[in-house]
Amino acid sequence: MSLDQLYQQIILDHSKARHGSGLAATAAPDGASTGQSHQLNPVCGDEVTLRVAVDHGTVTQLAWDGAGCSISMASASVLSEMAEGMTVDELRSVIGNFRDVLRSRGKIPADPEILGDAAAFEGVARYAARVKCAMISWVAAEDALNQAA
Amino acid sequence: MAVVSTPTTLTRALSAMDNAEVLRIRNDFPVLNQTVNGRPLIYLDSGATSQNPLSVIEAEQEFYEQRNAAVHRGAHHLAVEATEVFEDARQTVADFVGAAYEEIVWTSNATEGLNVISYALSNASLWVAQGRGDSRLRDLALGPGDEIVVTEMEHHANLIPWQELAYRTGATLRHIPLDDAGVLRMDEAAEIVGERTKLLAFTHASNVLGTINPVSDLVALARRAGALVVLDACQSAPHLALDVKQLDVDFAVFSGHKMLGPTGVGVLYGKQELLDVLPPVLTGGSMITTVTMERAEYLPAPQRFEAGTQKISQAVALAAAVNYLTETGIDRVHRWESELGQRMVAGLEAIDGVRVLGPAAGQDRIGLAAFDVAGVHAHDVGQFLDARGIAVRVGHHCAQPLHRRLGLTATTRASAYLYNTTDDVDEFLDAVSGVRAYFRA
Repeated sequence: MSLDQLYQQIILDHSKARHGSGLAATAAPDGASTGQSHQLNPVCGDEVTLRVAVDHGTVTQLAWDGAGCSISMASASVLSEMAEGMTVDELRSVIGNFRDVLRSRGKIPADPEILGDAAAFEGVARYAARVKCAMISWVAAEDALNQAA
Repeated sequence: MAVVSTPTTLTRALSAMDNAEVLRIRNDFPVLNQTVNGRPLIYLDSGATSQNPLSVIEAEQEFYEQRNAAVHRGAHHLAVEATEVFEDARQTVADFVGAAYEEIVWTSNATEGLNVISYALSNASLWVAQGRGDSRLRDLALGPGDEIVVTEMEHHANLIPWQELAYRTGATLRHIPLDDAGVLRMDEAAEIVGERTKLLAFTHASNVLGTINPVSDLVALARRAGALVVLDACQSAPHLALDVKQLDVDFAVFSGHKMLGPTGVGVLYGKQELLDVLPPVLTGGSMITTVTMERAEYLPAPQRFEAGTQKISQAVALAAAVNYLTETGIDRVHRWESELGQRMVAGLEAIDGVRVLGPAAGQDRIGLAAFDVAGVHAHDVGQFLDARGIAVRVGHHCAQPLHRRLGLTATTRASAYLYNTTDDVDEFLDAVSGVRAYFRA
């Protein structure tokens, strides 16, 4: 697999744009219940603090702060863009699918119908050392949802 | 040059290594003869683990094919042969670092060696509290008010065992700080290492900075304070002539797999008078003299610290690795790697946005360089290099406090060995120069 298949344009774009980044500067919407999670990968120092706001079963905001490699930052950005507007159940299901694809070592192809832009991370599944990079914000979101629910 | 009749090793000791010799050396290392991502493998991660020459692989295989038996027991032919090669291996390693045979204890790796020292010392405190053991143990026991000193540049393996020893004994852990360039603050060291200091542990050569620490100055501070000295020789024993007697350290540790040997075997050196009085850590078979249902008496070192069946084939293979280094000439290896290290640093410093940790070009360093690329995470740097077949290490290199001190969380490290050419370094530098553009930094 080539480097460009791993670092697809969507990933490189999002690693710079970082949608939803800036936790402190983003107030949670009024009336929503929130959950927050901090995740750290001790191997590389990737770090994400992520907050979800849930209103009547719908994710109204996903904001985060983080430091890490392009894959970890891009995956948080893509997640933030996708999550807003989903129901809690939908987001949980997408997170589950994302995890299955990434842990499959390339055996389960990413379905863009389910994963949208996050399908771009399919190539990461081939690099066992990088799966945690792509997963870190998604694990944080799962944890934050449990607290918000 | 005058033509004189000298043994090959002496002749070679006088000549510098060059790329042609390195390419011949590389033929001895089967794993290096492969392509990665369609490119010839350039292995620059020997600081993490080195590769094995055929002679090492064959030594381990030959042991299993011809001599495999339990050592130090049994009167049969294989047991005798196995014991002989196992103990010959100990002598080979002892000679390599200037130690006596009895002062070399096999461990699984350097981390285990450091933990053995740490637990032997806290066992000393327990024994003394119960009136057990040799009277000399009283000087070794630690307790509240005593201090253990490390440095801010240590690998976690030479930090956490001392944190835990302090916890177990009530002693206090202190550290010698670094300046902004990553050099030990020797002025502060002179203040910190004092009469409360019972133990000073530091690395000979930094696995991140590449610095070679001033061992004799540090040992002098420890001697003045009456403290024991523990030397982490993981990054020195494989790469330069190490003489534990000349350095006058009390303990030293290193790992086999970083010096062309197999995994699963490491070395703990300790002065005989210390090893013989310290309590053992692991207890059981092979390390006793008399055992009753109530108690046991222990053998002197090294068996005192070698309970249970040992890593026999690995020790034998490690001796083959040491022979390989000796035949090549460890001083020649050191000079060659210094040259590679200088080439790396000079080349990296010339790349826009790259910050090299540790000594600047022209200053003494071993053959490694850790660096930060502005705007690109180390993991991405490593992935980019891997796509060109170049293997480097990324992360905090088991030195989080050091990285924190330098304001970084992760860096990329290239580390060379005797099988790397200057072309490897140039190819690596060329790849690094493309990193920032690719990641739009």
